[in-house]
Amino acid sequence: MDWLFKFPQLEPEFLLVIKRAIDGSLRNLTRVYGDSIENFFYPLQRVLIFLEDVVSRAPWPLVVLALALIAWIAARKWSVVAGVVGTLIAIGLLGLWQDAMKTISLVFAATVFSIAIGMPLGILMNRFKHVGGVVQTVLDVMQTMPPFVYLIPVVMLLGIGRVPGFIAVVIYAIPPIIRLTDLGIRLVDKEVLEAADAYGCSRGQKLWKVQLPLAMPTIMAGINQTIMMALGMVVIASMIGVQGLGLNVLQAIANQYFTQGILNGFAIVGIAIIFDRISQAYGHRLQRHQGAAHE
Amino acid sequence: MNRNDASIEIRDLYKIFGRSPERYIESVREGLSKADLARANGHILGLNNINISMSAGKIQVVMGLSGSGKSTLIRHINRLIEPTSGSIIIDGRNIIEMSELELREFRRNKTAMVFQRFGLLPHRTVIDNVTFGLEVRGVEAAKCRQIGMRWVDRVGLLGFETRYPHELSGGMQQRVGLARALSNDASILLMDEAYSALDPLIRTDMQTMLLELQSELKKTIVFITHDLDEALRLGDRIVILRDGSIVQQGDSQNILLNPADDYIARFVKDVNRGRFIRVDAVMDPATRFESGSLPQLKSGSTLEVVAKALTDSCYDMGVVTSENGQPLGVVSLRQITAALSASAEERSAAEARQRGDKRTTDRCRQSSSTASGAMEKLL
Repeated sequence: MDWLFKFPQLEPEFLLVIKRAIDGSLRNLTRVYGDSIENFFYPLQRVLIFLEDVVSRAPWPLVVLALALIAWIAARKWSVVAGVVGTLIAIGLLGLWQDAMKTISLVFAATVFSIAIGMPLGILMNRFKHVGGVVQTVLDVMQTMPPFVYLIPVVMLLGIGRVPGFIAVVIYAIPPIIRLTDLGIRLVDKEVLEAADAYGCSRGQKLWKVQLPLAMPTIMAGINQTIMMALGMVVIASMIGVQGLGLNVLQAIANQYFTQGILNGFAIVGIAIIFDRISQAYGHRLQRHQGAAHE
Repeated sequence: MNRNDASIEIRDLYKIFGRSPERYIESVREGLSKADLARANGHILGLNNINISMSAGKIQVVMGLSGSGKSTLIRHINRLIEPTSGSIIIDGRNIIEMSELELREFRRNKTAMVFQRFGLLPHRTVIDNVTFGLEVRGVEAAKCRQIGMRWVDRVGLLGFETRYPHELSGGMQQRVGLARALSNDASILLMDEAYSALDPLIRTDMQTMLLELQSELKKTIVFITHDLDEALRLGDRIVILRDGSIVQQGDSQNILLNPADDYIARFVKDVNRGRFIRVDAVMDPATRFESGSLPQLKSGSTLEVVAKALTDSCYDMGVVTSENGQPLGVVSLRQITAALSASAEERSAAEARQRGDKRTTDRCRQSSSTASGAMEKLL
């Protein structure tokens, strides 16, 4: 009866061989292609460093002013602008300005990249519906796989630093924008699409004149989600050498510095709220243009 | 674009919805019914052997209850739905055989469509909605605006051009839909239950506007409706669909006076006949008489109008005359009353009486003529 209580498993020796073979080939891959892969990502590294330099070396009043301006353009509400300026001042007064700027630059870069890749992917996913199921599964894996797992090969190939951190953040943050772009296009009123067809729209015309504008509120929700998930990753990314607020939190955990942890934690929350309010308000403004579109 | 070529010939059109419609098309041709097809094979028979020729410059109404296939039919004309078999000839070309590119050009230039729930673009202002078709066609912006504003004015929306659709009432939104279709300057106008979502008073206004526009534009209009009053008011010709098949086609007089079966008879029962039946359909054609002093009735008047005119005069009958005063026939109050009678049975009974007892009728006529002192002139 022993077999009933012990799940039959493959021979441990056999499993060991497989594990060794995969690990070995990955190590070989790193040895052979490591340099060329690093070279491939070198431009990305330059961009990330450049961005970080711009925000963290610029005079702080200029940065505050710029973010306030962005808030105003996106939301057209003084309350949002006041919230943004207040949060930035609080972060600065607590001595976290430099770290916050590093975090903001990484999250900004990861978000822009995710949108640039994710929206076209979402559009393609919508167009080729028969691959939709496969893509959904891949996205599910990306979102649920513990980040440490895919960090192992990334670190092996690229070492530690900004680039692997950036990649980890993008993998984690890109699914919502893909999903919600697809969803937004799918939710466009059928009769409106029929009208577009009846007036002889080409596919491109239909996409740019009808589908994307009408999907925009949903896509904005996706962008918002992407930003939030990117921010959620900064602590984990700090484990592979990304500087900024996340690294402070990591140190706080290691040394049991409660205050440092909570201050940096709140700074991350503050940045999240800034991004969230700005993108939400922008989304709402888009929606107001079309009013009762979803009645 | 030659408007004269805007007639639409629909021939042997079948549409079966389902996974593999080709497999059942033969059995449907041989008479497999909609119910049997649905029960045995899980396929829905959308359109069954449709043959209609729609003349250029006329309003063709397609009528039927929901599920009768009327919306499916109109979507075949610009091929928003692909048929299972059959052909649709417009301007000498079969729409069904067009390539994707040809079809796009055809939709851009030859047809315009108005939708039941308007199908407006919610993120665009009224004027940008109206010019949508032109923009798609690649007309330059200034020209678009110029044409668009003319139609915005024409449908009575001047001053609203910078509003968004959700700021307008249903009737106004459908005016935008109509302006969008008209600014496209297509010779064929497809209207899919265009007024069904509007409340009755606004619907009547919109019908009036359409008739006014049509008297000037002379487009080929295909108008879908489930409302018989609307069909009778607008339609030069009417097709009635049921379960995807044509039950009857003809002009309004034909359908009101000779319903093809019980289904249509039930349909027309509650219609205000006096408002739709024209005197020409009821009168005895002119044989040998002079108009004399009998009251003259204009050809094309409705029974309502004629009955009123006769009652106001002191005669029992009148002479129907053409536009230039030529006598076309005579009509009596008795004939009018028979035609007005709502029930088909009563009417056919009245007709039988008339046919069976022609002498009596003649005597009646004579007596009424005597009373009017016009006997020798009439007979």
